[in-house]
Amino acid sequence: MTTAIDSPHRPARRVSRFFDARPRWRLAGLLTGPALWLVVLYFGSLMALFLTSLYRLNDDATRITEQMGTSNYHELLTTSVYRDIVVRTIGVAVLVTVIDIVLALPIAFFIAKIARPRLRTVLITAVLVPLWGSYLVKAFAWRAILGSPGGVLDKTFGSSPGYGLPAVVIVLAYLWLPYMIVPIYAGLDRLPDSLLEASNDLGAGFWLTFRTVVIPILFPAIVAGSVFTFSLSMGDYIAVALVGGPTQMIGSVVYANFASNLPFAAAFATVPVLVMVFYLLGIRRTGALENL
Amino acid sequence: MRTRRIATGCGLAVALLLSACGSSSGGGGASAPTALGKAEGSLKIIAWAGYAEDGSTDPAYNWVSNFEKDSGCQVDVKIGNTSDEMYQLMQTGEYDGVSASGDASVRLIDAGLVAPVNTSLVPHYADISAFLKDQAYNTSGGKNYGIPHGWGANYLMYNTDVVSPAPDSWGVVFDKASPYKGKVTAYDAPIYIADAALYLKTAKPELGITDSYSLTQAQFDAAVALLKDQRTVVGEYWSNYAVSQSAFEQGSIVLGTTWQVIANLAQANDAKVATVLPKEGATGWSDTWMVSSKAKHPNCMYMWMDYITSPEVQAQVAYYFGEAPANPNACALIADDPTHCDVFKATDADFYKGISFWATPRKKCLNGSGDNCVPFSEWIKAWTAIKG
Repeated sequence: MTTAIDSPHRPARRVSRFFDARPRWRLAGLLTGPALWLVVLYFGSLMALFLTSLYRLNDDATRITEQMGTSNYHELLTTSVYRDIVVRTIGVAVLVTVIDIVLALPIAFFIAKIARPRLRTVLITAVLVPLWGSYLVKAFAWRAILGSPGGVLDKTFGSSPGYGLPAVVIVLAYLWLPYMIVPIYAGLDRLPDSLLEASNDLGAGFWLTFRTVVIPILFPAIVAGSVFTFSLSMGDYIAVALVGGPTQMIGSVVYANFASNLPFAAAFATVPVLVMVFYLLGIRRTGALENL
Repeated sequence: MRTRRIATGCGLAVALLLSACGSSSGGGGASAPTALGKAEGSLKIIAWAGYAEDGSTDPAYNWVSNFEKDSGCQVDVKIGNTSDEMYQLMQTGEYDGVSASGDASVRLIDAGLVAPVNTSLVPHYADISAFLKDQAYNTSGGKNYGIPHGWGANYLMYNTDVVSPAPDSWGVVFDKASPYKGKVTAYDAPIYIADAALYLKTAKPELGITDSYSLTQAQFDAAVALLKDQRTVVGEYWSNYAVSQSAFEQGSIVLGTTWQVIANLAQANDAKVATVLPKEGATGWSDTWMVSSKAKHPNCMYMWMDYITSPEVQAQVAYYFGEAPANPNACALIADDPTHCDVFKATDADFYKGISFWATPRKKCLNGSGDNCVPFSEWIKAWTAIKG
């Protein structure tokens, strides 16, 4: 055995020698896989999305004609119903993000700064456990909760928002809350207690400390959380199908047209991509991304 | 839908990639086999909910397991919620066959996605009701493209506790001053525009609608306007049968179009619902099992088509789904309800002709009235605009 390992002709040896002498090859070997993944699968699918959006469905909806053109985008920009749907979707995403920030701040603060270590572990687990359940099951559960009449809320309290836009906001805010709590908790965890005490010693009350010490330090964490809640809400089509009643969002129109008019679905799907690009560019200007 | 929903993003990306890279498949070149070989061991089919039950919905209804035992073909069933979904799934080339309604079957034939079927390799084809054979939705250019499965109408379902008097017209679902505002449902697919057209045929004879799928622009606009009125009273649109069933069971929906199978499932859970065939008539479906032109398991698919049209299995499917079996020999075997075939008028060719069967609207009017009909691509766009 020992002779085999020491042998200079052993293939593995030769390979490592080859790379040892050539740092550029080493780098290439390391990055080829991830780069292929990124370029082929990630950008490739985005390109396919964009290319598909330039095709057109023929009149009788039997075939996709491969003459390139911008008719889908033209339709997207000139039809008022699509504009309404885009505005509605962005509105929902903003509302869900704000609600999640408001809910996550006190919860994360309690977990990070007030709870004892053992309780902290329990609470963090409690926040994360719902993520292990299927999204579909949770959305379906909300169907049973919000139904009006006959839902759990209705039976217990005698009223319920029923299915519709408010229900979509409630369910999405519930679904994405952990994605907001975790970054804020991590941010607070890094915030030294001494800063809070110093602020207190200098005579600042709770709100002043919160505004001038906690929020500036937490800002990057909140932004990180908002990227999740905002983008996930922008693309949702399941929650809206289950609890949205007749409400349409970008995701539901894409989903419906995915089966019937694929090029148009692709064109509409570029809208949330663009919105997210602008969102991220806006965030970059605040400098929050550098502090993540 | 169940699995598709979970495979959201990457599924969409991959499908788009596929369609962008190779979406031109020529039509009609395939030919029917002359003899069957050995079973391939597995079968992937797209079916309407309730067409291929393996006991997972209700242990009492299981005809897939017997097929698997007899044929040695493991069956993988994908539920299609709408004809558009089925058409899209067939484009992937992943499936061996589909239970296609008329609004998918003609498109499938035209696009070359399904192969001609040699009916002599399906012995039970001989028993099938004559009026189902050689129809526009299953035959093209003298070639048969499938085996009829069964047919029926889209019914009006209502909550018997809440809706009074019992409705006998589709008017109740289109009334924008409906007392059931917010508790009305409608089928979530562009083809539902035909239901509005069907109602207008009798409600507004001055529009001159003769066929729900051959609409001039003016007739189409009237149907769309009616549906926009309906939108104000709709609590929820449905395309997933389980969602519709749960809405009727808990009472958040009390009125709207349905499939008989949904009513049966809801009634089995003690929901107070009933169905009626309104006086204006109804839209409906006449389904055909078709073989994909790219089928990897064509022998298993032929065995399935013969199995599903055998009297014993037809009896189970027809009773479970609530439809007329294509094979009338099944009628005597429906022990749970000996009157089943009378109720669904399974052998009544005149009744059959009265149903407005799902078909894909085209520019060249389906009823031969001209070249100025609103094509299906416009129906798709209008449907998004109707929902707003």
